[in-house]
Amino acid sequence: MKEIYLDNSATTKVLEEVARAVFDTMTLHFGNPSSLHRKGIEAEKIMQEARENIAKALGASPKEIYFTSGGTESNNWAVKGAAYARRRKGNHLITTAIEHPSVLETFAALEREGFSVTYLQVDREGFIDLNQLKEALTPETILVSIMYVNNEVGTIEPIQGAAQIIKASSNALFHVDAVQAFAKIPLVSKLEGIDLLSLSGHKIYGPKGIGALFVRDKVSIAPLLHGGGQETGQRSGTENLPGIAGFGKAAKICIDNLEKWHSQMVQLKERLMKGILDNIPDTVLNGPVSGAPHILNISFLGTRGEILLHALESKNIYVSTGSACSSHKSGNSHVLKAMGKSEEEQDGAIRFSLSPFLSMEDIDYTIEVLADEVREIRKLMRR
Amino acid sequence: MENLYLISFGEIALKGENRPYFERILIQRIKQALLPYDDSVQLEKTHGRIYCYTKASREQVLNTLKNVFGIVYISPAKSCENDLEQIKNTALEIMRNQNYKGKTFKVETRRPNKGFPFKSPEVSRQVGAHILRNLEGLKVDVHNPEIQLDVEIRERSFVYCEKVPGPGGLPVGCNGKAMLLLSGGIDSPVAGYMLMKRGIELEAIYFHSFPFTSDRAKDKVIELCRVLAKYSGKVRLHVVNFTEALKEMRKQTPEEFLTITMRRMMMRIAQKTAASVGAKALITGESLGQVASQTLEAIVATNEVATIPIFRPLIGFDKIEIMELAKKIGTYDISIRPYADCCTVFVPRHPKTRPNLSGVHDAESLLDVDKLTEMSLKDIEIIDVKPQV
Repeated sequence: MKEIYLDNSATTKVLEEVARAVFDTMTLHFGNPSSLHRKGIEAEKIMQEARENIAKALGASPKEIYFTSGGTESNNWAVKGAAYARRRKGNHLITTAIEHPSVLETFAALEREGFSVTYLQVDREGFIDLNQLKEALTPETILVSIMYVNNEVGTIEPIQGAAQIIKASSNALFHVDAVQAFAKIPLVSKLEGIDLLSLSGHKIYGPKGIGALFVRDKVSIAPLLHGGGQETGQRSGTENLPGIAGFGKAAKICIDNLEKWHSQMVQLKERLMKGILDNIPDTVLNGPVSGAPHILNISFLGTRGEILLHALESKNIYVSTGSACSSHKSGNSHVLKAMGKSEEEQDGAIRFSLSPFLSMEDIDYTIEVLADEVREIRKLMRR
Repeated sequence: MENLYLISFGEIALKGENRPYFERILIQRIKQALLPYDDSVQLEKTHGRIYCYTKASREQVLNTLKNVFGIVYISPAKSCENDLEQIKNTALEIMRNQNYKGKTFKVETRRPNKGFPFKSPEVSRQVGAHILRNLEGLKVDVHNPEIQLDVEIRERSFVYCEKVPGPGGLPVGCNGKAMLLLSGGIDSPVAGYMLMKRGIELEAIYFHSFPFTSDRAKDKVIELCRVLAKYSGKVRLHVVNFTEALKEMRKQTPEEFLTITMRRMMMRIAQKTAASVGAKALITGESLGQVASQTLEAIVATNEVATIPIFRPLIGFDKIEIMELAKKIGTYDISIRPYADCCTVFVPRHPKTRPNLSGVHDAESLLDVDKLTEMSLKDIEIIDVKPQV
């Protein structure tokens, strides 16, 4: 049975070329970039190249890229680092109700420390309201954090509009969690109006345990990790060179192919969405019709997402209910709840997340299996 | 270097004619439990004791044997020739390794070997005096000593002063085999533990209904078996693929009778599986009134389909008491892992808490019970679970 992996927003399969780059830095160019000898210089060059690749992908400068251990660290650092650095200028923070837990929980921690946080609400498609953002901004506001692409439903937030409003009417820093957007959709040109932006390696066919934070030149935030002074003192700890090399390679490949892969995924998503909504009764799309090309969230009413997930698994098709992290806990998705979805819609939600390495046949087969499994489960569910 | 441990067993020493049988099983269990650390353990049984000579470390021995049912005490000991000078020096060496400063002690001598020329009180006096002369900060108290040093004069002499408690009970296997219905929850592993403690060898049966229960739930059950295997050396787990039977029941059975019908089906399958492996009873974690399927009427209804005894060691326990026990035996943290049974979709909104038998029979009459049982019995995966070393 062919494996059909539709959980690319949880993590992706590492590209072979990327894995080779990782392997080489583990076995050949294994030096410590801080070492004074040749092995160190060689390692530093590899790191530099990766940093340049990522900077180029963002339209940023290499010195604005700081490597971290992944999306969670980038988000924690951006939010805490900005809040702590600007504490004297104000006490008010803004974010949205549908952020990834690594953002939401960080804000919750800051609330416990005495910061006040406004959570922007979203509409039924998951969009924030820019007017609400405008009204929420006060002279006390020191940070706004909005995700680029929602990881559960694929809504692309109006980042450019938000940036303009924030910059026009406040002194707040603007952080964007771009973990699900980077190298999947074109980002705001030169990251105009964005001060901080989080990235992750393993969502773009790179290794796990590596990410980055873009920190705009002249913007200063407090470091979380103190120590040997790596990353110009902003993020200490010996650099994860294999991760960095792999991340750089993956970013380059993704950016080189962005247009092609984007349009492939748009077609795949369209086919999957239409195939499900037209052929399987009582299905509801969660999120906007367009939206990120790699994320599709659909509720199969009268089923339970988890059962459907396991049923698909037995056919070698891998999907997710909500985001992988929230699947560990019982209870439903905070994103769907914030979008005003009914309990039945929340219970039956499945996230399909695509990659350009899928074929149309994979999609058609998935639709076929879905139709069978949904019918079977519905027969058995509580009447 | 080989170390000596004296292993005392309480209850099984009382069992008259059966004693050699129990002792043989206990010796096997000890050997099996220590096997990962020492494959040539010497075990000698004499006078209601087992002498264990092993090169395993003290920590390995004590940690392992505290889980072997049937053992009452484990005493790290030393032996020497039947010579008073040697006995005195051995005793001194043992005492020196104790945390003796500021403590009271006494020496207690037994002399089954009457060929030894000194009487017990004389040996005690001389050994005690020798210790007092050589170690500072010790005082004698013959009534309430903090440290008791035991000297036993047999074909050789044995000296010890620690008594590390074992788990008691009866050696696993001496009371035959039974089949535990293991669910992944808190109760059933505790029930299994309690019967192992009474000498039962466990096999376990788990009803897997993928995709309604995830494979992580199955892994959890395997982990629970791994903990239980600590007490018995091995647990054979039968994983029944229950999905098809479950679907059939779901389609044919009135909702309020579904739980009880499912329980009855599980009992039938468990009983047949038990018979096929020579297990003579079933074990469940039921506790009276805990949930709808554990009311007296519901138990009567599940019991009806069984012809072999069903042991329910937790029947009179409160949930809190069961949780305490689960923590003690090390299954609690595994049981509370959140891979919820999706089977909850099948839990009726209003289950019959007091099902009458005729209602249950009517509900079941629409099912081909024998066919479903046979079908499930054909689809069983057997996993031999060993303890983690």
